[in-house]
Order: sequence, then structure tokens, then C-alpha cells
Amino acid sequence: MVNVFYISAAVAVVSTMLVIVQKNVVHALLYLILSLLSVSVIFFSIGAPFVAALEIIIYAGAIMVLFVFVIMMLNLGAQSAEEERHWQTGRMWIGPSALGAALLADLVYMLVSAPPRSSFGNLSPVGPKQTGIALFGPYLVGVELASLLLLAGLIGAYHLGKPAKREERKEEDKTAWPR
Amino acid sequence: MNQTLKHLLIVFGVLGVMMSIAAGLIWVERRLLGFWQDRYGPNRVGPMGVLQPLADVIKILAKEDWVPPFADKPVFILAPAIIVITVLLSFAVVPFTPGIAIANLNIGVLYFLAMSSLGVYSVALAGWSSGNKYSLIGALRASAQMISYEVFMGLSLMGVVMLAGSFNLHEIVEAQRGLWFIVPQFLGFVVFLIAGVAETHRLPFDLPEAESELVAGFHSEYSGMKFGLFFVGEYLGITLISALITTFFFGGWLGPLLPPVVWFFIKTFLFVGFFILLRAALPRPRYDQLIRIGWKLMLPLALLNIVVTGGIILAAR
Repeated sequence: MVNVFYISAAVAVVSTMLVIVQKNVVHALLYLILSLLSVSVIFFSIGAPFVAALEIIIYAGAIMVLFVFVIMMLNLGAQSAEEERHWQTGRMWIGPSALGAALLADLVYMLVSAPPRSSFGNLSPVGPKQTGIALFGPYLVGVELASLLLLAGLIGAYHLGKPAKREERKEEDKTAWPR
Repeated sequence: MNQTLKHLLIVFGVLGVMMSIAAGLIWVERRLLGFWQDRYGPNRVGPMGVLQPLADVIKILAKEDWVPPFADKPVFILAPAIIVITVLLSFAVVPFTPGIAIANLNIGVLYFLAMSSLGVYSVALAGWSSGNKYSLIGALRASAQMISYEVFMGLSLMGVVMLAGSFNLHEIVEAQRGLWFIVPQFLGFVVFLIAGVAETHRLPFDLPEAESELVAGFHSEYSGMKFGLFFVGEYLGITLISALITTFFFGGWLGPLLPPVVWFFIKTFLFVGFFILLRAALPRPRYDQLIRIGWKLMLPLALLNIVVTGGIILAAR
């Protein structure tokens, strides 16, 4: 399981870097999906199969599909890849790399200074039941808040997508038809 | 060592059986369609035309493997593989008998839902990478259809999960020893069946392909074995959905007298036959009708099923 963890972690890091470097938007999205899948394998290997499955269903299977959907409709082709090539010059790497290096240094410091506590051997897997009990026990407020946020999004989407009232539609028809 | 050998045998056995079933179904479908439409169907190659799929495979392998110059090459090649891989991976959790199953995951139901949600990429990317407007429209239809129907495909199974008290497919089958879940979960069964047809985009829900308007939609530009993979993926999908209907609602391998494997395959093939009958019997709805049925009828039904099932379980406790 330790090897599985390291391999999938390496895949996650490499594919996430490729997301940034890729010129073609759809290819970048595909690498992002790969990155999410490898994160899911990481969850599985450290004993959280339920979270791993949800990671695929929600992120890789639903949210990223919507991303691909939108990108497909925008029909970005060679032109956007060319623009991207102009943007990715050497100078624009300086800022993000400095910030990223600072975070990496933090992480390395923490890992080195923290005493080694748990190894893979004594982790017990967390099944769906335990996750559910934790979510609807101590973290109930978080679940409720998230559901409120989603409800707000739903109502907003409904408002934007609502068909126009009959009179307005008639007005639109007059202007749009016949040409 | 013996244990490892047994596992390997099961893995490759399931792979081989599933691939040959997918190929065989092409013949079964064409013969059954012929029967229902009052004609013969393929009956020349081998006894009753059984070897027709073999002839098809030879023909399709010998065809020119052509990638259109305007296509996005890597994605174009990747897309047909995705659907076959995700469907075959889903078979890993199907319990054929108590002894024959590749993985006994305690999140089996979620694993299947995860794999089926990844299958969307195949059609979406195939349509996009073809660089053809009919393909793109097919891909858009396919992704909207599959995202919509996935939602209540998952929700329709939650009643079963509540009754069995587990996401594990073995335990779901074991929980049906007294009574198959088709009786208490009839609503869930209907919603799952319809969502299953939409997920495999079979007629009457084959709008992403729709020969008459989109000239085969997302796979217009595909030829040779790449097209063959879409074809195989579709038949594997039908087999998978039928096997899962059997597992979730019809007691899986349970049954008197005959050995468990035989029961499993009898039940599965009944549903495969039903899928083919649907194709022979029903016309395709309009696209807006398909999406409206999904969100305004199927979703409320699935939610109602969950609420009622949950209420009854709580009241009986």
C-alpha cells in the first residue's frame, strides 16, 4: 500500500504540473481529471474508500464533465493555444514559483520537525458508515451550511434559466423574426 | 500461491466471458430484431449465423484505421478506449456467485456509480475531438443526457442500500434471501431501468447517435476497430446494466435447484432481451422531452422513493 501511495502521489504531482503547462485547454482538463483520479487512489490507499469513491463521482465524474462541456461549447482551437503560448513566457513563472517554493519549504519544514506518529500499518480503514456517523454527528452544522449554499446556487440557476414571460417573449420575437 | 492463481483465473475468466458475451450479443440482437420485425437476420455464417460476429470482427480489423486530419489525435484515440475500460472495470464488483467475484468492495454501489460517471468522457471527448459539428452536437447531447440520468440512477439505488444496510453487492444479494427487492423497491427498479437505458444510450434514448438527424453523432468520424470499441462498449454496457438489475432487484444468484451461476445468467439475459425488445418496439423521443422526463418526473419519483422507504424503515424499527 505504501508503494501504491507513492506512485499515485507522483502521478498526481506530475499531472497537476502538466495542467498548468499544457497549451490546449481540453488536454489540460484531461490532466486535471487524471490528477483527481490519482488523488482518489491516494485516499483509497490510506484507508478511506468512501471518500475515494465520492472524489471520483463528484469531482471527476460530475464537476469536470461540466467543465469539459463548457470548454467544448466555447470551441477554443488553435487560436487560444497560440495565445497561451504568448502568455507562458519565462517571466510569468517567477511570481507563482516563488509562492509555490515558499509553500513547499513550509511543508518540508513541518514534515521534518513533526515527530513521526502513524505509519500505514496502524491506520484503520474508514468505511461509509463511520463517515456518515461523523458527518451527521459532530459535523452536522457543516453539512447543513453546505446544503444551504447549494440551495442558494440552485435557486440562482433557476432564476437565470427561467423562461421569459409571455409578453417579453413576444417583444423578442418581433425584433428577432423575420429578418 | 493457489489463492493467487484462483484470483487470476477469476479475473481473466470474467474478462473473457464478458468480451465474448459482448460479441455474441451482436448476433443475438440482430437475430432477435429480425424475429420481431418478421425477417431472418444474419443466418449464413455457421449454424444459424452464430459465427456472424467473427466475420464482423475480421472485416472491421481489416478496415483502414483512419484518423481525420482535422481531429485532435491523442484525444481521438483515447476516447473509444475509455468506455470499454470503465465498463470492464465496473464488472469487478459484480458478484456472479458467492465464490466468483473479482473484488468484494464495501463501497461496491459507489464504485459502479463512479465508473459509470467516468464513462461520460468517452462520448464527450469522442465528439469534441472529431472536429465535426454533428459529432459535437452528439457529444453535447450525450453529456447532458448522461449527467442528468446519472443523478437519479444513484438516487434510485439508495432505497436498495437502505433496505440492505450496505453498499456491498454481496450483502445486497444476501439481504434478498426472503424477498427480492423488486417487490418493496418497485419504484426504484423502474427509475433504475430507465436511467440504465439512458446511460447506455440505447434506443429509445439513443439521441446522441440518432442516425436520422446526426449521422451517428459522436462516432461519425470513427472507423475500423476504434468504431468497433464503441460498439463493444455499448454491448458491454447493456450486459453490465442487466447484471446489476439482477443483483440489485432480482436476487442475484439466488434461486432454487439450478446452480447459482446459471440463475445469474438466466436473469441477466432476460434483461438483455428486454433491452433489445425496447429497441425493436419504441420510437425515440424528442431531446427536450427526454431531459424533461428526467428532471421533472424521474428525479421526484426517486426522491419520493427514498423518503417513503426511509420512513417505513424508521417506523418498523
